[in-house]
Amino acid sequence: MKGNEAVAEGAIRAGCKGFFGYPITPSSEIAEYMARKYPKIGGIFLQAESELAAINMVYGGAATGVRVMTASSGPGISLKQEGISFIAEAELPCLIVNISRGGPGLGGIQPAQSDYFQATRGGGHGDYHIIVLAPASVQEMMDFAIDAFELADKYRIPVMIMAEGTLGQMMEPVIPRKMVTEFVDKPWATTGCRGRQPNIINTLHLTPESLEKRNIHLFSKYAEIKAKESRAETFLLDDAELVVVAFGLMARVVKKAIMEVRRKGVKAGLIRPITLWPFPEEYIKRTIKTAKIFLSVEINMGQMLEDIKLVVNGEVPVDFYGRIGVNPNPEEIAEQLLRVAEREGI
Amino acid sequence: MAEEKQVLFAGFGGQGVLAMGKFLSHAALNTGKNVAWVPSYGAEMRGGTANCLVTIADEEISSPLTENPTMAVIMNRPSLDKFEDKIKKNGTLVVNSSLVNRLPERDDLKILEMPVNEIAEKLGNTRGANMILLGAYMEKTGVVDVEDALKYFDVIFADKKERIKQLNREAFMTGVQYARQNW
Repeated sequence: MKGNEAVAEGAIRAGCKGFFGYPITPSSEIAEYMARKYPKIGGIFLQAESELAAINMVYGGAATGVRVMTASSGPGISLKQEGISFIAEAELPCLIVNISRGGPGLGGIQPAQSDYFQATRGGGHGDYHIIVLAPASVQEMMDFAIDAFELADKYRIPVMIMAEGTLGQMMEPVIPRKMVTEFVDKPWATTGCRGRQPNIINTLHLTPESLEKRNIHLFSKYAEIKAKESRAETFLLDDAELVVVAFGLMARVVKKAIMEVRRKGVKAGLIRPITLWPFPEEYIKRTIKTAKIFLSVEINMGQMLEDIKLVVNGEVPVDFYGRIGVNPNPEEIAEQLLRVAEREGI
Repeated sequence: MAEEKQVLFAGFGGQGVLAMGKFLSHAALNTGKNVAWVPSYGAEMRGGTANCLVTIADEEISSPLTENPTMAVIMNRPSLDKFEDKIKKNGTLVVNSSLVNRLPERDDLKILEMPVNEIAEKLGNTRGANMILLGAYMEKTGVVDVEDALKYFDVIFADKKERIKQLNREAFMTGVQYARQNW
């Protein structure tokens, strides 16, 4: 399966009943997959007239309590930000998939991780966060689609899956996950109010008190998510002096490079953030004592780097290696690791 | 950890290089291997270049990407020019000599040449050129056992018409025979 197909199939297995989107390379196979599948299994596929329309359809769909999603890539995700801000404020669950490419502007269609800031800082206007998951394999594209809907419903929050274009385009074998059959109650959903008080979903707060109260409420929820849902994978970290931090497919490339430099005696290890927001701070914190240096490897000009620096807080150096529009290969990363190791006397 | 095998398929768009990689991936998958297939994707046009990288391993695949594959199957001249230097030392280079009018320059590589287009024309199946070279390549290198590949042929081509299946099988076997006699 292609990564794009796996994330779409994962969403279907999570009980997602509506896909609203507008095609863009390298994410379009997600829409194509839904367009083929939904007529047969019951569900709504709709190619909207624009990204803005698509995200507002997601807003509307989510308000009715149905699991819904959209997918796009960099420039399209930017267009959806207004809607994402509204959905976050309205506390509606949904899935947004960003099969990311290089920017800014139209950029290119090559793989990138340069939407990290946009994804982890909310992305649209106002004070908010969304949960961001970064898969590293085609299997995880499917698994995380299911996890995403569970998290979204549990916390009433939009969840984004962000993957490099390469991961959307490549094929790997996938073990299909079971169909999700148990769903949480959504007493807040606008499902027709016969026999009960109407539910209102609205994002406008004209009095300062109510707006502040609202934001405090959102941030207490974010604190809970931070405490309970931060996820990361570690690799050869126990004795690591050179601690590489990388996410997505990039983390797998780094793993191979680490195995390579370990053969030359360099004590390197990996922290792979799985949730980009909440950033898995504890994993970094626990490593500060043993690490001589952290190295962030990203396909951008250095974005996650800032989150690492915030946690490390000057206690050890934090270095960066990045490319744009190309997935660096293991050989290239290994060379960088050796360079850093030699410089730092590791 | 056993070595991961990485094979690059490269040629013109339309020569079926992505399909070659997919066939090999499916064949390897059916024999219980871990596989990853990564296409070069870009603003490709008809007649432009295309390539894909297949990684096969017994264990979990660490990186599905590499700059230096152990093997390359080259379907045209621009691909040879682009990738010859990148193949791993002492690697294997399989070349379609019908469309590559020069010899590889490196002397550490194991070179396997085959005039694929001529053979395909003789067979009366010009579109089967990719399967011919794939058959020869698999027979010679044993990356996936030819018998296993044949066993899963119908599974791999499950969505194709019987006649197409037959043509592909014939092309594949022509390549296998060629490798047995010439390589």
